[in-house]
Amino acid sequence: MKSFQQRFFGDIRVIAGLSWLLFVLVFAVFAPFLAPGDPFAIVDKPFIKPFEGYGLGTDSLGRNLYGGLAHGARATLFIAVLGTVAAAAFGTLVGAVAGFYGGVIDACLMRITEFFQTIPSFLFAIVLVAILSPSVPSVVIAIATVSWPPIARVVRGEVLSVKQREYVLAAVIAGQKDLSILVQQVLPNTLSPLIVTSSLLVATAILVESALSFLGLGAPNVMSWGFMIGSGRQFLRDAWWLVTIPGVVILVTVMSINLVGEALNDALNPRLAAL
Amino acid sequence: MLQAVPVIIGVMVLCFLLLQLAPGDLAMVLAGEAGGAPPGFIEALRTRYGLDQPVYVQLFYYMKNVLMLDLGFSFRHNQSVLSLLLGRLGPTLLLMGSTLFLSLALGIIAGLLASLWVGTWKDYVISLTAIIAYATPLFWVGLMLILAFSIKLDLFPTSGMEDVVAFNEGFARVADIAHHLVLPSITLSLFYLALYARLMRATMLEQRGLDYVTTARAKGVAERQITTRHMLRNALLPVLTMAGVQVGGLLGGSVVVESVFAWPGLGQLAFEALFSRDFNLLLGIFFMSACLVVVVNIVVDILYVLLDPRIKVA
Amino acid sequence: MTTPAPVPALVIEGLTVALPSWSDRRHAVEDLTLEIARNEILCVVGESGSGKSVMAKSILRLLPGPHVRVTGGRILFQGNDILALNDSAMRALRGSAISMIFQEPMTALNPLMTVGRQTDEVFDVHTELDATARRQRVMALFEDVQLPEPERLYNSYPHELSGGQRQRVMIAMALALEPALIIADEPTTALDVTTQAQILRLLKDLQRRHGTAVLFITHDFGVVSEIADRVAVMRQGKLVEVGTVEGVLKSPQADYTRALVDAVPSLIPRHVATAAAPDPILQVDGLSKTYGGRSGLFGMRGRAVRAVDQITLEVGRGRSLAVVGESGSGKSTLARCIIGLETADVGSVRLDGQTISGLSRAEMRPLRQHIQMVFQDPFASLNPRHKVGDIIALGPVIQGVAKSAAWEEARNLLRLVGLQPEAVDRYPHEFSGGQRQRIGIARALAVKPKLIIADEPVSALDVSVQKQVLELLDDLRLKLGLSMLFITHDLRVAAHVCEDVVVMSNGVIVERGPTAEIFASPKHQYTKALLDAVPGKSWLGGARGATADFSISPAVAN
Repeated sequence: MKSFQQRFFGDIRVIAGLSWLLFVLVFAVFAPFLAPGDPFAIVDKPFIKPFEGYGLGTDSLGRNLYGGLAHGARATLFIAVLGTVAAAAFGTLVGAVAGFYGGVIDACLMRITEFFQTIPSFLFAIVLVAILSPSVPSVVIAIATVSWPPIARVVRGEVLSVKQREYVLAAVIAGQKDLSILVQQVLPNTLSPLIVTSSLLVATAILVESALSFLGLGAPNVMSWGFMIGSGRQFLRDAWWLVTIPGVVILVTVMSINLVGEALNDALNPRLAAL
Repeated sequence: MLQAVPVIIGVMVLCFLLLQLAPGDLAMVLAGEAGGAPPGFIEALRTRYGLDQPVYVQLFYYMKNVLMLDLGFSFRHNQSVLSLLLGRLGPTLLLMGSTLFLSLALGIIAGLLASLWVGTWKDYVISLTAIIAYATPLFWVGLMLILAFSIKLDLFPTSGMEDVVAFNEGFARVADIAHHLVLPSITLSLFYLALYARLMRATMLEQRGLDYVTTARAKGVAERQITTRHMLRNALLPVLTMAGVQVGGLLGGSVVVESVFAWPGLGQLAFEALFSRDFNLLLGIFFMSACLVVVVNIVVDILYVLLDPRIKVA
Repeated sequence: MTTPAPVPALVIEGLTVALPSWSDRRHAVEDLTLEIARNEILCVVGESGSGKSVMAKSILRLLPGPHVRVTGGRILFQGNDILALNDSAMRALRGSAISMIFQEPMTALNPLMTVGRQTDEVFDVHTELDATARRQRVMALFEDVQLPEPERLYNSYPHELSGGQRQRVMIAMALALEPALIIADEPTTALDVTTQAQILRLLKDLQRRHGTAVLFITHDFGVVSEIADRVAVMRQGKLVEVGTVEGVLKSPQADYTRALVDAVPSLIPRHVATAAAPDPILQVDGLSKTYGGRSGLFGMRGRAVRAVDQITLEVGRGRSLAVVGESGSGKSTLARCIIGLETADVGSVRLDGQTISGLSRAEMRPLRQHIQMVFQDPFASLNPRHKVGDIIALGPVIQGVAKSAAWEEARNLLRLVGLQPEAVDRYPHEFSGGQRQRIGIARALAVKPKLIIADEPVSALDVSVQKQVLELLDDLRLKLGLSMLFITHDLRVAAHVCEDVVVMSNGVIVERGPTAEIFASPKHQYTKALLDAVPGKSWLGGARGATADFSISPAVAN
């Protein structure tokens, strides 16, 4: 049997996906250096075609498209990752408490989780951002609010199964306290599905963030990929690249995250992957 | 089915909480900030919603009103919210229904074929297409389809549900609506189609390794019949469950798609409400959508009972 | 008894099955040659990893390809090499000339199809019969395998049947077209002992009536002695020994076979209770536990199941008490209630005179060192992310022992249970099942308990390892003066380590007393049935008495 590293890093999906993500990450981190200046600044006449100036041309107001993409990477990734981290933290808390304590606590928490899974989550995110008024924190909150239920369910399921395992019973019999059992015996053994689910949720978060920005609910004065598509859509007929290029960037980024997440899942559960 | 009641109550409580979160006076929010309601009306709202009383009394009044289907009045549209919603429900149901059908039917078939061809180039093509579709933002697909099929090829209309000025009637009108429906429903289907195809493929492959399939094989049943008689029905169950879970997402997606295609449904109404800051209307749409999800989930539950003898009607 | 018939039903010649490159062995089956005569039951015995199941599956070409595949040899059936048949010829053979019964009838049946329809499918695939005729044949089959109410059962789904009924359906399917050979892969392993006895009887009876050849895969020599005409012993993919059942069981030729046969726990009680009953260390009084039935939050309502009903029992100081019962008898719930993993509804538990039931977690903590547990599953009972030293030292550290001292003690304990003291620095996955169970025992001993509750501690182990672990437990108990409550479904295991026994059924104790007495003259109907159902009881109690190295109590020698 190959080791985890061999299985993971030898996977073509991981090589392709990680390469692109690394590329995007470089832009996200070094945007101010790679594309200096305000991405909203008007640099030239509008509708310069790609490769005819400023790398990828200019948009309807004469803003540099390349600069927008670089700064957009920063905003989109930041918001998506932050939202997912918040969702993972909250979801893990809810799932771990529900699974570990069971009974009425579990029933209540799971009904609430199911409720948030049943309601139209994107619509809820829209309403939430609209009412909180668009800003980076409200978009992050909206993403976290719609993403935590899957995490809670995954963690609860794992905790439920792990807590039945005999080594946890042995810890109870040894007299270990609940919190120590949860932290030392149970949670470390639920990590791998949590990591896989969270990584896949980053992809969903990017889609949610760009859809919100597209609808004009993104944070104002923050350049993001969805916003670029939204502001370019009126000019679809004449300047198709304004919509196409950011869209391809979103697609490839989301796909890369999905590929890496799935490969991670396969590498962590080698028996399932052999099917 | 019993869970429908707590969900509806929960949605009402959530709507109320969201109203509380909105900046400014509740009566102003209910009247629609930019609506320009007459001052006397706002006073009437205050008494009706018990705004001078404690929050739980306000919640009670709010829930009472919602349960009596009194969702308020939209001054922007100069219509009651309920009649606005009902007017826009039809197009959304049409879009949702066709999308559900398209994504489930094609998704199941694609996933099934991929599982039968597993490891071959055909499987790779289907799986790769699904992975790409799964990662594509809905609104972008819509715009790209418009670009390709409406602007460049001029095969389908760019927006709307029908050609209003043509005054089509009867079959011609149906055909016209169907023609308008093609791009929006493809746009909305694509993501879910990919989701169901991937799930179907994975479930079929999982079923393939189960004991009962080995039993069927040991009985001398041909592979084709093992697939159709035994595995297919077992594999459909998780897909059906997923379809139930995804209805909510589908409605969220329809906001984006309807706004791209100017499809006159609830989603587009929500988009308009966003910009007129008509929160009450927005919440009404949210409430209506949640009810729709509950109804679809009841249907899914019934289907599940029919498909799986292990589940008894509660 | 039966001499091999001149015409073999099946001949396996030099069969080799390759394993995928990443496994620790290259072959699941290696150069195996075997013959099954017509009208005989050939048992293939082996421990886990012996390749016996792979061998059985390769006959019907049901191996989970493409990684596991036959790389050499021939399988001759009616003069043709099965391995050379094309797919459609192979399909024609499956289910009609050669059929198969699997281990777990719940998963082996399609959950969404009625059992009648699934049986009908055999006729549908292989014959031209019309629907009415097929239905009649299915009914006849269901009666043949003694299924009650065939008409009603025809339209039942697998989940509506009991485990035994499901296996009968599988047998009906296998018999449907009067096959020349039936392959039965551990068909009774997933069943309770009384159901197992019924199914074995049914199989043997049907086999005799229909004159079928049966290839019976099992790990249990008791089952072998009940059903086999001839026995083949496999180890690590190779044939060790083959011969008549009497020959192999009475005078095994190969050392491995002898070790395996010797490892089967005898039904003859090893410990005879000394006359005077010592003072009790554990007293359980009127303990009851009901599951479900409460109308919980949001109106969830389940059927109330009284898992443990008014149980009263005592364990004498330094004695070992077996709680014997089949699945669902409530024996595990009882153990959990005693040790405080579950809260009993009513009743009291006293340990050494001190009440330990109804205590809070904090009140219970100092008492934990007096009562410990050994678990069933060696793969789930050790935290995979903790070092063995930390696992063993956990209890003492909580009781206030310094970590270095606890680790030193862990080294001593590992030595005591027959492992290297250096094992403290290693992780559980580096050990085999038997070794892990030894670590589990060391953990239980770490806090120097007065009483150990052992919940099926050997049921997940191979028979040779099972014997070692049982002997270790027994030695330690006597050496350290421990008392033990031993939960088991296996009367043979109970006989091996316990002076006293209680028999549980449906949550109540139906019989209790010294093991020797109860085994010699059971009073209750259920105990009689249970003893009667022990596979190979005549061999274990009588014929094998001669080779057993255990002291035989005069009370049960007859």
